[in-house]
Amino acid sequence: MSQTFLDSNELVLNMGPQHPSTHGVLRVILKLDGERVNGTECVIGYLHRGVEKIAENRTYQMFAPYVDRMDYVAAVSNGLGYVLAVERLINVEATPRAQAVRVILTELNRIASHLLWLGTHALDIGAITPLFYTLREREEVLKIFENYCGARLTTHAFRIGGLQYELYDGFEREVNAFCDWFIPKVDEYEELLTNNRIWRERLIGVGILNAADCKRYGVTGPVLRASGVAWDLRKAQPYCGYQNYEFDIPTRQNADTYDRYVVRMEEMRQSVRIVRQAVGAIPDGPIKAKVAKVLKPPVGEAYVSIEAPKGELGYYIVSDGTLNPYRVRVRPPSLINLQALDQMVRGALVADVVAIIGTLDIVLGEIDR
Amino acid sequence: MIALLKKILLVDLLQGLWVTFRNQHPKHLYTEQYPLERPKVAERFRGAPRLNINPDNGETLCISCDLCAKACPENLIVVTSVRNEQTKRKDLTTFTYDTSRCMFCGLCEDACPVDALELTQDFELASYTREGLIWDRQMLEEGPKPTRYTR
Repeated sequence: MSQTFLDSNELVLNMGPQHPSTHGVLRVILKLDGERVNGTECVIGYLHRGVEKIAENRTYQMFAPYVDRMDYVAAVSNGLGYVLAVERLINVEATPRAQAVRVILTELNRIASHLLWLGTHALDIGAITPLFYTLREREEVLKIFENYCGARLTTHAFRIGGLQYELYDGFEREVNAFCDWFIPKVDEYEELLTNNRIWRERLIGVGILNAADCKRYGVTGPVLRASGVAWDLRKAQPYCGYQNYEFDIPTRQNADTYDRYVVRMEEMRQSVRIVRQAVGAIPDGPIKAKVAKVLKPPVGEAYVSIEAPKGELGYYIVSDGTLNPYRVRVRPPSLINLQALDQMVRGALVADVVAIIGTLDIVLGEIDR
Repeated sequence: MIALLKKILLVDLLQGLWVTFRNQHPKHLYTEQYPLERPKVAERFRGAPRLNINPDNGETLCISCDLCAKACPENLIVVTSVRNEQTKRKDLTTFTYDTSRCMFCGLCEDACPVDALELTQDFELASYTREGLIWDRQMLEEGPKPTRYTR
């Protein structure tokens, strides 16, 4: 807060860290004038585990399970970003088969992440029903993860150089069945919410963050795309063979909470489209490229960013030629997106703060690391 | 005009209610009645660790190579062995696995060259004491024994 004093008609309200609508342990100090928010201050760090420091005491392979625990809703995307960064460091590319599987799993994870966002966001607004349906559909994605790699949430699905596990029998069938079953479900959510007058009135015009401000704060992901900027790292700097798949970048112009909802709904459909293309053409071949068991990358650094469900997720790794990384720095999309919260909630009502925090789709595990 | 009529007749809300109504059928129930019906987890599920024994003679498959302990990010596996002068090999004496610190990443399983250490489908690992979570060789070979409650 820039002003440390309060007017006589102002009130400081502490929201969180146990508040259910802050999606974790975020503490927001609100300065209120009646129902209007005049300023905010975010207090973060309640979930700090020092993941970046842990990396300095682990070998490159050993650190891979820890990245799953940052954005635990989209663990597969985190794993992908990390292994891509290490692969760039040691100049190895995953085999085509591994790349196709990686695309399938990360896109499924994007769906799972958006589903959890949709359910909890709607719950914050007051629509309880979608939560039950979205968690039901998310369960199917998690079952695919469990069948593939043995864990539902913190998957540790990818290894440096490719994959550890070969696809199980019936993987393609299961994924295709999920895609066919899932698309009508998205329509069902839209039936519940898109035209609902309460939903529209709570969201339209709330938490506007226009394109210029998005760029100023470095906001990425669906929040940026809802302001009309068609920026998606899968198109802008393709990795993992995303250039081979056809998909659109959904954008909207109004940059409000409702538009971000529409963009994310459309993203789920596009993810299904990518998964369908990828699962129809999984190349044969080895699943893991040749990587030394004792990994000693050459002295150097690498930065790789991927389009995680929440925005640009970057990994910056510095190697000093030893077994352990010298430094691992994560650029978490949630943390950067959260910076825009203050501007978005200024002038809004207290009830809208909950909607705006929800629409940013933050995960505190990633913010605090 | 139609829009106004739709607004008066609450079409948007009824549309949503219709979705809720369609999902009322008991076949849409997804909740697991957990202690009564235990879920069947996937074949590759990474749960409780197990140290496999040769079913024919009951000897352990572990060759005390210590690779799992070296692969573990949390350093929670301790393997000790003595050198057997007759076979010129190492005999496993103790094998300790601290499940309280385990994150079930599966790296130890991947490292094992003889498929002795394995993460199994057992997932009920709770214990009343911290010591109970540190598994010794016998516990690892026999697997966890979750309490079965009956009415």
